[in-house]
Amino acid sequence: MSFSVTEPSQRTKWFAGILVIGYAIITLVPLLWIIATGFKSPTDSIAYPPVVVFEPTLEGYVNLFTDRTRATEQMLEEAGPPTTWYEEIARERGTVITGQSRFGQRFMNSVIIGFGSTALCMILGTAAAYAFSRFRVPLKDDLLFFILSTRMMPPIAVAIPIFLMFRNLGLNDTHLGMILLYTAVNLSLSVWLLKGFIDEIPVEYEEAALIDGYTRFQAFYKVVLPQAATGIASTAIFCLIFAWNEYAFAVLLTSGTAQTAPPFIPTIIGTSGKDWPAVAAGATIFLVPVMVFTILLRKHLLRGITFGAVRK
Amino acid sequence: MTHSPIDRAALRTPPGMARRIRGLSDRTIAWIFVAPTIFLLLAVNIFPLIWTIRLSFTNFRVNRPNNAVEWVGLENYRRILSDPDVWNTMQATAHFLIWTIVLQVLIGFTLAYLINKKFRGNDLWTTIIVFPMMLSPAVVGNFWTFLYQPQIGLFNYVVSFFTGIDPASFSMIGDVHLAPWAIVIADTWMWTPFVMLICLAGLRSIPDSIYEAAECDRASKWRQFWTITLPMALPFLMLAVLFRGIENFKMFDLVVQLTGGGPGNLTTLTSIDLKREAFEKWRTGYSSAYAVILFVSVFGLASIYVKALNKVKER
Amino acid sequence: MNSNMMMTAAAGALLASGLSTAAAAEDLTLCWAAWDPANALIELSRDFEAQSGHTMSFEFVPWTSFADRMLNELNSGGQLCDLMIGDSQWIGGGAENGHYVKLNDFFDANGISMDDFIPATVTGYAEWPKNTPNYYALPAFGDVVGWTYRKDWFERPELQAEFMETYGRDLDVPASLAELKDIAEFFQGRDIDGTTVYGAAIYTERGSEGITMGVTNALYNYGFLYENPDQPYDLDGFVNSAGAVEGLEFYKALYDAATPPGSSNWYMGENIDAYRSGQVAMQMNFAFIWPGVEADPNVGGGNSGYFANPPGPAGQFAQLGGQGISVVAYSEKQDAALEYIQWFAQPAVQAKWWELGGYSALSAVVEDPGFATSQPYAQTFLDSMAIVKDFWAEPAYADLLLPMQERVHNYVVAGTGTAQEALDGLVRDWTEVFEDEGKI
Repeated sequence: MSFSVTEPSQRTKWFAGILVIGYAIITLVPLLWIIATGFKSPTDSIAYPPVVVFEPTLEGYVNLFTDRTRATEQMLEEAGPPTTWYEEIARERGTVITGQSRFGQRFMNSVIIGFGSTALCMILGTAAAYAFSRFRVPLKDDLLFFILSTRMMPPIAVAIPIFLMFRNLGLNDTHLGMILLYTAVNLSLSVWLLKGFIDEIPVEYEEAALIDGYTRFQAFYKVVLPQAATGIASTAIFCLIFAWNEYAFAVLLTSGTAQTAPPFIPTIIGTSGKDWPAVAAGATIFLVPVMVFTILLRKHLLRGITFGAVRK
Repeated sequence: MTHSPIDRAALRTPPGMARRIRGLSDRTIAWIFVAPTIFLLLAVNIFPLIWTIRLSFTNFRVNRPNNAVEWVGLENYRRILSDPDVWNTMQATAHFLIWTIVLQVLIGFTLAYLINKKFRGNDLWTTIIVFPMMLSPAVVGNFWTFLYQPQIGLFNYVVSFFTGIDPASFSMIGDVHLAPWAIVIADTWMWTPFVMLICLAGLRSIPDSIYEAAECDRASKWRQFWTITLPMALPFLMLAVLFRGIENFKMFDLVVQLTGGGPGNLTTLTSIDLKREAFEKWRTGYSSAYAVILFVSVFGLASIYVKALNKVKER
Repeated sequence: MNSNMMMTAAAGALLASGLSTAAAAEDLTLCWAAWDPANALIELSRDFEAQSGHTMSFEFVPWTSFADRMLNELNSGGQLCDLMIGDSQWIGGGAENGHYVKLNDFFDANGISMDDFIPATVTGYAEWPKNTPNYYALPAFGDVVGWTYRKDWFERPELQAEFMETYGRDLDVPASLAELKDIAEFFQGRDIDGTTVYGAAIYTERGSEGITMGVTNALYNYGFLYENPDQPYDLDGFVNSAGAVEGLEFYKALYDAATPPGSSNWYMGENIDAYRSGQVAMQMNFAFIWPGVEADPNVGGGNSGYFANPPGPAGQFAQLGGQGISVVAYSEKQDAALEYIQWFAQPAVQAKWWELGGYSALSAVVEDPGFATSQPYAQTFLDSMAIVKDFWAEPAYADLLLPMQERVHNYVVAGTGTAQEALDGLVRDWTEVFEDEGKI
């Protein structure tokens, strides 16, 4: 075995590994607890003291997606025996399903607003980043700093005038309003990140393309974009994660039609008391996409969260 | 950037296309590319900011559309700065800010240092550690209220398992001494990975050759840490502190879901206080002044900090 | 103009008039809090949909963000809601800021009389200014704070014997707030069937209205008054009277001595959870939870009993909850919305409302001879509705609520200052609000 002064000894590696894995397990516990709670019955979820071993049930998921009401004898008679497995679960609690809950719609809002704002943000951000990277833009440094500084404002601080502005424009509680807002918030991050990615693409490629008779637009479209694809994809995921998780604007500027899932999940209640399994089920469903992205993003994580200040 | 390739290309292309290229000079393209972004940022960030500043000198209230709007000068600012409650929220924010940063830097740096020992499977465990920071802070805050419940939550039982303290004997959210720490713990759980990642980038940017040279000079590991590792990772650490500082100064979602600002006002951070003034009491003018004060402070502090950061980088 | 066009115009007019007599089928949106009764209302409204041809949509917001969200909606002139079952305290703002449609003419035209409803609910949910015949809502859901207790625990002989020995009286429904505290202390920390249980779950929530809705049940009964009965907005000496201070001290003593650890930010949901999971012997909560308690596999089915908020030295009152249903002034479907209210006010519909778990405010329903025995909690509901008192319903309701939340939570939960200081501070805060409002 070759010896290197910078290669840690086996003992050090073991020691480091055990500590890190220990921390990882501790940090996973709350997360696993959320996921596990989603599969508990309401009684188990508030068991006193808490239970680790329990009989799993899909009741939380059923409750998440349905509205139920406490059944009177007459209603049970009218409805007849349950025909589906989820109705059966509801009946066991003495309730009947009256319809779909709002969760599906809120989740769709998150999808529409998240993906809509990300797409718009990528279009605008890539164009601006390209211009900042390749052209002499007057006051370039000032503009770049200005773009960054917009991120320093507490959302609540700008929410007041945005609320007033949206009210006048009829954008309050609309998908369009939220898409524009999240796009604007995310633009700073995407311009900074994308500029970094485009800076790394050699200018010579475009020059060659221009010589071959491409126009500037064509060179941008056919040469730069494919080269920047990975960068654009990872930037897009960061924008999506922000829009996906954002709470402050969503809670202040949306109420019904355009409300996303984060303000909604904490407020799920059951037929009596807080329905923790349903809350946990909602949280779990909501975090699956983000976990998938995290795994996909591993390599670009750092660049994204540091505004491109740290490159790896 | 040279223009010559374009001109050369233009000479060789048919007249129609040449006109198109000449018609859209780089300058025009630059503006077409940048303008929408600048426009959107002006509309959604700067215009509202200017509006906020304007409103901050009035007694306007959104929920009283029929009341006359009066110009009150600096009255709102005077009221805010002389209000002891505002200073209390500033103190709560400072406590939260300082301790989250201290803990996250200590734990985050240690983790990064350990992961950098490149034990087998470190990539996998790094990814797992990163999960919490990808969640929605509001959902995290909401769930931690559940974890912190003395009777039915997990946190107290875990503490009790390790220390033998009766789980029902303390309440993280309800106790005046513990509540400020409850929000620090939840935030640290969520955001330590962030600091860890940046530190890891810093540690990995240090070339092996420097350590090899130090080894030749027979510098102890301890000395190497203080003279090489730490100074070279410092700009990265400071960057992590900057980002966490800005984020936690703005902190709203996690804490509002976790404690609602209580008990009393102990965990009412400035953003939560501002939200109450603006969207519950609807004192629009007053809260606009509050927002301006917050923005100026975060902007001012960040600017000073960035200057310091640049100095460290230059060294 | 040629004849062809004339024909079209005439046909159009005909068509239009035909539609208006049949009343175009609208999609109405009703806004309310997300809770059990709301689910029952969906069920109830099916009959309306069948009869009228309109369809109903519902927007339910959880209690802790209900006021925030809905007042935001009203203040911004939003058209999300056609019908609003708004909280009782919003009526002043709804009326003065023109959010709600005034219903007097509509009531007169359709033979709906407010005399047919429980008087306290008419004053509480429908009138503005209070005690004047100006109606902006129809009482929709009667609600009041009361207590739930573990009858099965109270009836255990060994506990009864021990209680008798300690306090010299039977372990039974408390006859006063002081007795309630004794019972709560008796259960606090006690081992029942292998788990430690606690005395009582009370409202302590900080963020919205929780602790105010709880503490008032003690304040009223110890002598707290919102204002000088002879001179409106005269607060000093009424809000912070000696009795009021004593009431606040009582609530803190109860919180310190006889509530579950960690119950520092609890409102309806948390109290229910604590009660259902067997942590507490008693819980303070709005009456709407009682049908749910009865149906619960653990604590329902005769294991629970109910009692009205017990009296204190200055009398017996209970905090009013509940809501009236109003037509939102910004709605473009006001006619259909009024149709809904007309349908909802019918005695048969109100009777079914009670059956589904909705607390009807119609006197004919609650005065029915079978009512009191129809459910184990029906009598307690009637007793409680007879002693209600409500928080300020001023347009500045939210500004008045926030300082109360802050002052009370600061004293009761965080333990800052004294009760006197808290209430003196409240007088200052409220005076400032009324000055800003131009009321004083």
